[in-house]
Amino acid sequence: MKPLSIPILRRGQFYESLDRTELKDIRTGAVIAEVSQANAGMIRRDSRSTSRDALRRIPAEKLIRICEEAGYLFMEADLPLGDRQSQSPQSYVACLSATTGLPHALVRRNMQKIHQVFTQMSTILRGLTRGLEWRILDHGVGEQAGVPVSYFCTADSLGVVLPSNSPGVNSLWMPSIPLKVPVVLKPGREEPWTPLRIIQAFVAAGCPPEAFSFYPTDHEGSATIMDVCQRALIFGDQSTVERYASNPAVQVHGPGWSKVIIGSDQVARWRDYLDVIVSSIAENGGRSCINASAILVPAEGDAIAEALAQRLAAITPLPFDDPQAQLAGFANPKMAEAINAMIEEGLKTPGAEEVTAKYRAGSRLVERDGSTYLQPTLIRCRDFRHPLANREFLFPYASLIEMPQERMLEEMGSSLVVTAITDDPDFIQKLISSPVIDRLNIGPMPTSRVQWDQPHEGNLFEFLYRRRAIQRVAVS
Amino acid sequence: MTANEPTTDAIEAAQRQLDAHVREIVKWHFSPETGCPFWLDWAKRAGWDPAEEVRTFDDLLRFPHFQDEWLRDEPNERWVPRAYAGRPYYIFETGGTTGMPKQRIGWEDHWHDYEEFSETLDERYFPRGANWLMFGPTGPRRLRLTIEHLAHHRGGVCHHVDLDPRWVKRLLAEKDFETAKRYRDHCLEQAVTILKNRKITCLFTTPKLLEGLDEKLSVPDAGITGVFCGGTQMTPQNVRFLVEEVLDNRAQFVPTYGNTLMGLACSRPLTPQDQWSITYHAPQPRAVLRVVDPNDTAKTVDYGAWGRVELTTLTKEFFMPRFLERDEAIRREPWGRFAWDGVGEVRPFGALEQKTIEGVY
Repeated sequence: MKPLSIPILRRGQFYESLDRTELKDIRTGAVIAEVSQANAGMIRRDSRSTSRDALRRIPAEKLIRICEEAGYLFMEADLPLGDRQSQSPQSYVACLSATTGLPHALVRRNMQKIHQVFTQMSTILRGLTRGLEWRILDHGVGEQAGVPVSYFCTADSLGVVLPSNSPGVNSLWMPSIPLKVPVVLKPGREEPWTPLRIIQAFVAAGCPPEAFSFYPTDHEGSATIMDVCQRALIFGDQSTVERYASNPAVQVHGPGWSKVIIGSDQVARWRDYLDVIVSSIAENGGRSCINASAILVPAEGDAIAEALAQRLAAITPLPFDDPQAQLAGFANPKMAEAINAMIEEGLKTPGAEEVTAKYRAGSRLVERDGSTYLQPTLIRCRDFRHPLANREFLFPYASLIEMPQERMLEEMGSSLVVTAITDDPDFIQKLISSPVIDRLNIGPMPTSRVQWDQPHEGNLFEFLYRRRAIQRVAVS
Repeated sequence: MTANEPTTDAIEAAQRQLDAHVREIVKWHFSPETGCPFWLDWAKRAGWDPAEEVRTFDDLLRFPHFQDEWLRDEPNERWVPRAYAGRPYYIFETGGTTGMPKQRIGWEDHWHDYEEFSETLDERYFPRGANWLMFGPTGPRRLRLTIEHLAHHRGGVCHHVDLDPRWVKRLLAEKDFETAKRYRDHCLEQAVTILKNRKITCLFTTPKLLEGLDEKLSVPDAGITGVFCGGTQMTPQNVRFLVEEVLDNRAQFVPTYGNTLMGLACSRPLTPQDQWSITYHAPQPRAVLRVVDPNDTAKTVDYGAWGRVELTTLTKEFFMPRFLERDEAIRREPWGRFAWDGVGEVRPFGALEQKTIEGVY
């Protein structure tokens, strides 16, 4: 089969570059696509004129309707991949799976999530704006809860440097379009498919094409996007987080260090919560920052660890198109090897034991059908300071630590999501007051559960808009 | 045979001319009355007499690869040919981001190189009498003097902007991107000021700086009709972008490959039909570029294949056999007036395996 050609989008215009990278099937090495690469100068040049007016002219209410239509098209339609070719939803699933290792079942689940973002856009925007009337977005002034308000946009475009780990991360930038801010996207190396398909769904539903730039590019190109966009989202590791920590124009999505904690009041019933914990660790192939990477319990640590390990070890690599597949292969086998080596190294420090090893078929690092996998791993750490206790890896990995409930909040450090299984009002109040928890789920629900009317990772509206005081008297 | 393929006669004539030049230059450097102490001492230790035994270019394979450390470790005087004794010389540097730089000494080679290059420039875009702006690395580099000489040779004058690439490399190595950006802006602002206040038609710069200028003004609107570019690798996409967008197809873009050790290799004219792929040809017989198998550097790779770039410099001022550049390229066939091999799509050696700090300016 002739490889597909993935173009650059320069403010909605397709552009075929002379620099291309090959995207390969991670199992067979067959070239699936050639991806046009943007040079940094091009990105800089394109950024000199704004395309914000194209979105500003369209009422927010209409943009929300466009999102609903786009959601349908994203799921069902053949959408352009360039000037001369289009891609069916089936081909999208197969290509994305082949180049990232995400099994079809998980790709479809991510599609559903993206579909929900499209179709629930009105709810999402209400959550982000705390119920702002749409016409305030159109005119910049109005009234909210009896209070006069005026908001202005702080950016001509939103730059987004995307990762390849999960298609779901695209949900974070999508509200930018109904918020009337054009996007400049740098897709992850192995995953140009989803952002391009989302863009094409928006356009097919009636969004002005010039609101979308899509630049597959190198490090220099990424840095240029961060530089030329007045607001930018970036996904990266801790060093990325630190690099942009003091830059208010950049929202960094780094490691989540998400956790499940069980309160003293509920720990005796731990068997009831195993499903929630396993989902929290292993959903979406364990590849998201909202997957739990540490489980904190006040008692019964060994028993809970054994039971969890047994369940996690039952999750094994399956063919990409198996509907039961839950694990993702690694696009880069060296990364799997490096992660495996890090865990082995960590286990040399006393105070940690891998519980999954004895229940698992084969070793942690395995190959199946030409693809490299890391099988689920649970480490029982005696102390939260152990090097493996608060780590996050790109597969179902978690540590389990027993510690008194009163020490949990002070020791656990910052966490993107905490699922706290407790009914203790004092403990719940302490959790609510804690500044280290970004999103708090109280009760037995997986860390991945999202409620669309609340901001789920930063607030894009507050990032893109600022409120000003406005006063007016009539001219006599 | 395509229209631009030189005849077999032309290729053979170029080879004969090269062999004759090799004999003359090797004789010069290995004769006590004309040669330099470094090579005369080397021949004593080598146990053979290059002056007598080298008859053709292929005989140079008897030399080991030239080590550029010699240019750092040996005192400058060791490179002075006896025939030039007592004449003050220029010292040109390369490298030197940390520690002692490599130095090549010279008298008039750089004038020759650029006068020869001047003849290849198109009068429509690089008119005689036009003024130049030299906006590239300055300081102890050949370029600082050669671009000015080129302007003078063509009857114009040359404006300059100070630019220290070692400082930039150091900032980048230290991850001080903010200061690097400020320094870049500082340089760009000076270049823009000159372009706005003086009548400049021809520009020497690097691809990155040309892109930078484009952020501040339209280069063709500023009156530039010819851009002579050098210094770093240029991918076909970069070239196309510069020609089609930055220069708006209104100014001519002349990329070159060169350094202190070689001189200046010209490119074939650029065309979209060639997919904007650049091929350079060395200024033979004064310098020769071969694309060699990295694992067996005596052999050149096949046409169309990637290999490491090897440079041999053959002038009376400087003899440098078989120096392995830190670049790789595609070996290309002779073309047009260049009846010898070309090097295509030059990029840092091992570019696919590792990232080096290259082409900051």
